[in-house]
Amino acid sequence: MNRYSIFSLLRNSVNYHQDWQRAWRSPDPKREYDVVIVGGGGHGLATAYYLAKECGISNVAVIEKGWIGGGNTGRNTTIVRSNYLYDESAGIYEHALKLWENLSQDLNYNVMFSPRGLLHLAHNVHDMQEIGRRGNAIRLNGIDSQFLTPAQVKEMVPFINLECRYPVMGALLQPRGGTARHDAVAWGYARAADAMGVDIIQNCEVQGFKIENNTVTGVETSRGSISAKKVGCVVAGHCSVLADMAGFRLPIESVPLQALVSEPIKPILDCVVMSGSVHAYISQSDKGELVIGAGSDLYNSYSQRGSFDVIEATVGPVVELYPIFSRMKMLRQWGGIVDVTVDRSPILTKTPVNNMFFNCGWGTGGFKATPGSGNVFAHSIARGDMHPIAEPFSMYRFISGALIDEGAAAAVAH
Amino acid sequence: MLLIECPWCGLRDQTEFHCHGEAHITRPLDPDSLSDEEWGSYVFFRNNPKGLHYERWEHSHGCRRWFNAARDTVTDHVYATYKPGVAKPEIES
Repeated sequence: MNRYSIFSLLRNSVNYHQDWQRAWRSPDPKREYDVVIVGGGGHGLATAYYLAKECGISNVAVIEKGWIGGGNTGRNTTIVRSNYLYDESAGIYEHALKLWENLSQDLNYNVMFSPRGLLHLAHNVHDMQEIGRRGNAIRLNGIDSQFLTPAQVKEMVPFINLECRYPVMGALLQPRGGTARHDAVAWGYARAADAMGVDIIQNCEVQGFKIENNTVTGVETSRGSISAKKVGCVVAGHCSVLADMAGFRLPIESVPLQALVSEPIKPILDCVVMSGSVHAYISQSDKGELVIGAGSDLYNSYSQRGSFDVIEATVGPVVELYPIFSRMKMLRQWGGIVDVTVDRSPILTKTPVNNMFFNCGWGTGGFKATPGSGNVFAHSIARGDMHPIAEPFSMYRFISGALIDEGAAAAVAH
Repeated sequence: MLLIECPWCGLRDQTEFHCHGEAHITRPLDPDSLSDEEWGSYVFFRNNPKGLHYERWEHSHGCRRWFNAARDTVTDHVYATYKPGVAKPEIES
């Protein structure tokens, strides 16, 4: 791998940028791997990267049905934060946030991580109680969290309308929260994993699993059969379909989640503002577009499109809170399918099939966890036993009853 | 926007309805004898098919009655809606 630096940039500029090396290879699948990762999104590529980097397992293939980062990694609203209520959540999301902070250096790839601060607005007494409880829990876990008065919110976001239909009574601020460039995360992990020998196999669909004596021995794909000592499934939107192929069920339902992006404008919003009770969150990308996250449709769907009324319910409050945006045009709108668990926490787990691991159920907010999720999942696969941070997120918590009931798992009220 | 046929009210806008997940889950007849696995399975584990799905809907902003629907989760096509207690229709999907 040619390292990216000011010198490589200068060297290549002399040649009119004709000689840049491809960021990753495009190999044909080998017959056998130590570990096959199903799903080439951020979490899957991160898993492969940490397997090679920290666990000494580089005979790894990442198998992706489409192109890498073309699923929910490329559809989310790029928000990164770790301000969760429960200790287990704080463990995994804060682990991720710490990795985010040095990720560009670690990968030698600019993931444009921007800890610009993240506000969570409270609009009523119940919201105030919720942020009070959560904010103090977060601080007890040693994670940054500050309570803001409406005046302080106004200082950060001068154009916000505090006295509207959704009055702003206070807010919770995580100064270390922010955004990152979602595509760059997939590309950076892919490039760094590839450099350590990981095969990234795109346009290769998993059609079934080879299972003998209740132990997985490989995957059947659209490009032939591939043997594997261990299989990690890291998919969003289709984990129930994969589990069905392997012969078990997951406590998951798949629903559409929408987002929309405006025309680009000059810099106006320099933090992320979330609002749980009005189902809207908003930030401004470096290109100048407002990135707006909407709520999810509350019925099972794999259609990759959501209802119009959800968009209406999102832009309504946005216009109410930020009247200055009222005449902006929305350029793009899309829906992705998210796998939602009942307790709104993810599933990182061993499964009823030996040597098969699942990392799924990230619901409406998996992007922020990408580095941490990949890191602990890689260690879990390598050890054959779940990493202590991942342990509480077993699928068997839905049998034991030890749920991790995170109402804060997304900006949308549950 | 989806149109859904309430078995009592006829065709209505989807925004009048709420979906309540998988239908035809039988309530345990002898709850005391259930193992943790069986309870977990009954309460939390769901079929989440890509394609034909039988599910419960409530006409929450209309007659407020519940019914079942057979819907395709890829196309959102509603094959049939039927009243509770009626056996689920066989659908060629």
